[in-house]
Amino acid sequence: MRVSMDLELKDIPGQLILAIQPISEFKGNIVSVIHHREKKTPRGTVPVQIVFEIDSANLEKLNKKLKENGIIIARVGEERLIEKGSVVLIGHIIHSDIRDLIDKIDSTGFAEVVDLDLAMPEIDKYSSAYMVIKATGKQELIKAISILRKVAKEKKILVIEPIAEIEEEEL
Amino acid sequence: MKKIRISIIGFGAVGQGVAKVIKEKREYLKKKNNFDLSVVAISDSKGSYIDEEGVDLKYALDRKKEIGTVASIKYSGYSGLEVIKKIDHEIVVEVTPTNIDNGEPGLTHMLTAFENSRHVVTSNKGPIALYYKELCNCANKNKVEFRYEATVGGAMPIINLAKEVLAGNEILSIDGILNGTCNYILTRMEKEGYSYEQALSEAKEIGIAEADPSYDVDGIDTACKLVILANSIFNKNATFKEVEVTGITKITPEALELASKNDHVIKLIGEVRKNVLCVAPRLIPKNHTLAVGGTLNVAFIQTDLAGQITVTGKGAGSIETASAILSDIICISKNLNSN
Repeated sequence: MRVSMDLELKDIPGQLILAIQPISEFKGNIVSVIHHREKKTPRGTVPVQIVFEIDSANLEKLNKKLKENGIIIARVGEERLIEKGSVVLIGHIIHSDIRDLIDKIDSTGFAEVVDLDLAMPEIDKYSSAYMVIKATGKQELIKAISILRKVAKEKKILVIEPIAEIEEEEL
Repeated sequence: MKKIRISIIGFGAVGQGVAKVIKEKREYLKKKNNFDLSVVAISDSKGSYIDEEGVDLKYALDRKKEIGTVASIKYSGYSGLEVIKKIDHEIVVEVTPTNIDNGEPGLTHMLTAFENSRHVVTSNKGPIALYYKELCNCANKNKVEFRYEATVGGAMPIINLAKEVLAGNEILSIDGILNGTCNYILTRMEKEGYSYEQALSEAKEIGIAEADPSYDVDGIDTACKLVILANSIFNKNATFKEVEVTGITKITPEALELASKNDHVIKLIGEVRKNVLCVAPRLIPKNHTLAVGGTLNVAFIQTDLAGQITVTGKGAGSIETASAILSDIICISKNLNSN
């Protein structure tokens, strides 16, 4: 999951490292750090905004560690569904119970169907749908689409997937 | 000046295209490269036209047009296979029709050519999609060249591009539209709102689709080309039976319309990368380099050093395919000339 945190640091040397170190300790991946030296709070602390990706299981431990380091956590915001993907479905979509298909995605906890555009030309002809899925991360989106692929196959629905992106680590 | 002797085995649209381009380019190539391409035999299913001093290409083309065969011009008793065995020459241009069940007669033609120390240039997908390793091993054993640029993408350069021009790069993936018939049908459905059946019958009418279009629309042709890319560029040893294939027959005009509304198109894409060998209709952003229309072919190549490279061009047609064959012939001829 991706988390954005507003922290407040004491205005003495060595504070930023105390905020960042625990994130890497709990295997978080920092996306951005903005250090607002010019915007001191009335309390005399320096605001820092950090965005990072972390396993949700480690978030609680991280909070605890930051507090131990004397860092004030002003706000924790979770950006849950950060990855978006679209697919087109073709088949007897309604009669094969699309609700069940949507439920299978929504019940994962890491992905949701957020939009569905449906066209049903004639009763015994195939329907077509454009479905947008959001997920908590790239891997989760891939997982959600593979669940969709499997359920759709049982229902004899053709899934048209987006072309695969090359992951950065492969480059 | 070195004479490079060539046989053309198979004299359909592609074989005739090869004869035409050699006829037109012969003088130009003599001046530019200091070698002379001389066709010494042409074979079709009925027999052969042989002249060890060089056949008259114009006469052969006229004859084919008039009576449907080049046999009975001279030494007509020889079959293509006998030409390969018995007529002294350097390069066999194997352009018989693709057969994806057993690769014949192309497979035997190619193996026989290698065993008789002749180089092979081909546009015939069947043997390579089924017996790539065997063919390469046989060519290597006999120390001759085997080139097949024309099997994938017609005039669009891809095999030699990836293997030679991009040498040193690791090719990470290739996604491509490798069948012009499917691209034409999907483009017409998208632009005109035609049903699949309407677009198919229009494609048949203007000669883009065969009477039995299943080889194209079921994705088999794309799968064969994908296997050739997988084997020659990704060093796999795949056959086309291993490819996961979905064709385009189920695509609806509504699906294309919904995709279009969301700035996407649907194209039949062949995809090869590590552990993936798949042909299926895919969603492509409209502004992606893969989103080409009409009968065009396109390949989107991702590499480690050169980044992303896209090539596009005419994927079929007798002169276009002959262009790819000619470039392979020239490459071999240059090597022969320098040895």
